[in-house]
Amino acid sequence: MAFEASKQDRTLHVLNRLAFGPRPGDFEHVSAIGPERYVQEQLHPESIAIPADLSEAVNQLPTLHMSPIALFIEYQRPLNLARKDAKADAGGDKNAVKDATKDLRLKQRVVMREAVEARMMRAIEGPRQLQEVMTAFWFNHFNVFAGKGLDLIWTGSFEETAIRPHTFGKFRTLLGATAHHPAMMFYLDNWQNTAPGSPGSKGKFEGINENYARELMELHTLGVNGGYTQADVIALAHILTGWGLPKPGGSGGAENRMAGGERMAGMFPFMRRRQNFGRFGSTAADPSGFYFDGTRHDYSEKTFLGHQIKGGGLDEGELALDILARSPATAKHLSFKLAQYFVADDPPPALVERMAQRYLATDGETRSVLETMFTSAEFWDPRSFGAKFKTPYEYVISCVRATGVPIRNYRPLYGTMQILGMPLYACQTPNGYSNTQDTWLNPDAMMTRLSFATALGSGNLPLENPPFVEDADGGGETRPEPPMVRKNGAGKVNINFDPGPKGPKMTPPDPVQLAATLGNYFSPATASAVEAAPTNLRAPLILGSPEFMKR
Amino acid sequence: MSKNFQTDTCIACNPAPATALSRRAFLRRAAVMSASGIVLLSPHAWAARSLDSTNKHRLIVVFLRGAVDGLNVVVPHGEPAYYDARPTIAIGRMGASDGVIDLDGHFGLHPALASMDPQWRDGTLAFVHACGSPDPTRSHFDAQDFMESGTPGVRTTQDGWLNRALAAIPGTHGPTEALSLGPTVPRILSGKVPVANIALGRAAERPMPMDRPVIEAAFDKMYVNNDPIGRAYRDGRQARMRLIGELTQDMTEANAGAPSPQGFSDDTDRLARLIGRDPSIRVAFMALGGWDTHISEGAANGQLAGHLKPLSDGLASFAKALGPNYQDTVILVISEFGRTMHENGNGGTDHGHGNVMWVMGGPVKGGKVYGKWPGLSTANLYQERDLAVTTDFREPIATVLRSHMQFPDSQIDRIFPGRPRSSGNVDSLIKV
Repeated sequence: MAFEASKQDRTLHVLNRLAFGPRPGDFEHVSAIGPERYVQEQLHPESIAIPADLSEAVNQLPTLHMSPIALFIEYQRPLNLARKDAKADAGGDKNAVKDATKDLRLKQRVVMREAVEARMMRAIEGPRQLQEVMTAFWFNHFNVFAGKGLDLIWTGSFEETAIRPHTFGKFRTLLGATAHHPAMMFYLDNWQNTAPGSPGSKGKFEGINENYARELMELHTLGVNGGYTQADVIALAHILTGWGLPKPGGSGGAENRMAGGERMAGMFPFMRRRQNFGRFGSTAADPSGFYFDGTRHDYSEKTFLGHQIKGGGLDEGELALDILARSPATAKHLSFKLAQYFVADDPPPALVERMAQRYLATDGETRSVLETMFTSAEFWDPRSFGAKFKTPYEYVISCVRATGVPIRNYRPLYGTMQILGMPLYACQTPNGYSNTQDTWLNPDAMMTRLSFATALGSGNLPLENPPFVEDADGGGETRPEPPMVRKNGAGKVNINFDPGPKGPKMTPPDPVQLAATLGNYFSPATASAVEAAPTNLRAPLILGSPEFMKR
Repeated sequence: MSKNFQTDTCIACNPAPATALSRRAFLRRAAVMSASGIVLLSPHAWAARSLDSTNKHRLIVVFLRGAVDGLNVVVPHGEPAYYDARPTIAIGRMGASDGVIDLDGHFGLHPALASMDPQWRDGTLAFVHACGSPDPTRSHFDAQDFMESGTPGVRTTQDGWLNRALAAIPGTHGPTEALSLGPTVPRILSGKVPVANIALGRAAERPMPMDRPVIEAAFDKMYVNNDPIGRAYRDGRQARMRLIGELTQDMTEANAGAPSPQGFSDDTDRLARLIGRDPSIRVAFMALGGWDTHISEGAANGQLAGHLKPLSDGLASFAKALGPNYQDTVILVISEFGRTMHENGNGGTDHGHGNVMWVMGGPVKGGKVYGKWPGLSTANLYQERDLAVTTDFREPIATVLRSHMQFPDSQIDRIFPGRPRSSGNVDSLIKV
């Protein structure tokens, strides 16, 4: 049912696309200033004040603000050392090692939990919504998987320092920040990428690893049809030899247990000696956790995408990133992805072309490319309104935003995303999650979404209770914190969508308020179904309506 | 899409295309849908529909996403070049401790696959080596896309070959005729024929608010349109009632209290139970990740072995759990491409080309490694680095579709447009 493009339609449209849907009061705010001004406001987030309580809540997540090296020292090194000692004592008894390290492993779980809470808290409550949308977009573009070894402690830092500050700026800056973050170097294996026969080549560090070089072109910049060859992949891998993690003491590689799992055994030869860990914290080490190891770099001249690149060490990589960021193929690839996210699953080619031109004209400034899109006829075409099927992340976040319930426990939200196949920070593959309808619309997903909508709409999700404390009767007994992300990405999800024995687990949202928050914008079928339903099912029906599945 | 859908699905739960509905028409339709829900809850509806199909042949596809290292799955232990290229990750020779399990004197099985040795011995497990896609891409995502669309090199194909195969099965197509295990329906199963998906793990059997009649009745009134969302909703309702009804019944009857094997075995056991109760399930798909072993691949033990063992155990227990249905089932294990012949500098392998396909099931003429082995000398490698592809992945699948699913060649041509005509021994992969 096509809408007329009234001001109301346009209001809902910008809130659906530049934000994760309306919060209570948003519809009125955008109606008052007009959707066009809202776009400008969101494109300049520095002009929007962040409420003090949100700032404070984010500041109270200490691991979010720690450097990768500090995170390693606080959460990984003690575990490595304890495991080493326990192994020596236990003589091959794996369970004894597990028991001895249990407390430290539990302690480590706080890092992912804080990353997840920070992301969701800002997405749900933050007024700089486009910033949150773009943070999610760029993180997904430069996806790393928190279930892989050290990325368990580094993924939050990756988003906070490599992604979030660069969402609207030059793409080259963003690209460089991701290439210099240890989470990326570790995830795509470049930390081991070594020039064969180089002085530092040793053990597991004695050859080329193409993984990062390939994905850097295929996914991060040029796109799979961006005109590069296998020879370019190899050349770029050689250019990026030595880019990786700190090499304390200069004597080999990281210790297997640095990654916190038996499966990583033998992967980190160069941090084997205990005293080496100490150097991680020394002033000589870059707290960012990035390190260029010149002794494993290939200094020969390379031919890359038709450019002759003289052997020069770290600078070669920077030059390669310049070439990639300035390529018209990159302009087109990024513009396509942005238009697909913000406009339509099959974005209009003419719009993509204009965005790519703007990208090239501004030396890759994201804000300008977004502005071209948000002021285009295609973006404001009523046929694109409500045309995007929400991803599980967008669906869950938009549901919670619409209800306005205060969240103290993010686990049911994370768990729902996981059941729906989109756990936050747990996409294993570097291409990130798709955002198209054909990926996410399926029979089981509809049943799960509607069950979630029913639980949330009838007050049966324990969102208001602080996590890890026995709720309800105030027993106050702290439970061990379950892991957020597991290495296989799956794991057990315990979300009970049904009411507990003691009735609702939180205050159910008021359906009248909920409808008003969404601008009272419903199809006749939805309106009559809601009217016909008993009061306690009205909020579930609104959140589970076909139109609320879309944005 | 919509046209096919309307004719192929249960009419009671898929009313005429929605236009602007009057309130009266809308109410009438809602009543019909509620009624259909009750009918479907009856096990007789389920059984009655299954009786139509006389041909019970069934196809299960397991996709190993990330490109499994086929040279370490079915190891050419007769080739010295294999050992030269892989100083730290080669699987030991026949007879060595943790060495290969010999298959035919030239090839051997990774020791982590020992649990499938009985299937090899009883002649229901075969491999097709040096098999893969003719497209040269080393992008995971392109290569998976091509293997799932069934049209290598063609990006514009809208649907997946397994969905086209479903369409070729005679009779009506309910949404549980094809099952995808996992939270999304993958490319290979996307297309005109409705496909049900069920969650992985125990989540599949957890009760949900949507299982309660008062709640589903309320939502039924809202999901009246015949658009993709409305169709997904109705397929989901129908599938959930049938599948969950059977799974929970089964759990309470037989498995009460017994610990389930975890992970993949858990899911294959669940699938086997569903097939046991419902012969109308004809196609199923599941994907496993974690095969992209760029670093520290390991040899007889280690990362790859750690992934192969649960896969092997799951497939072996699936064969057992299927019971008599194993005789009507073919299981294909595929992966987007192989990995480099030489190990890289980090004890791993990079993206390659040719790979090995696994074919298992009662109808398989097993105990044999099919295909045309190109050898591993540098001159015979693809681009001097990877195992060459001498058998297009569509050739063995076409044999399965022809000899097992009993599709005529004209149908197979629609499933794999432009497929190569088989020239090799994969023609005889299935018992006739």
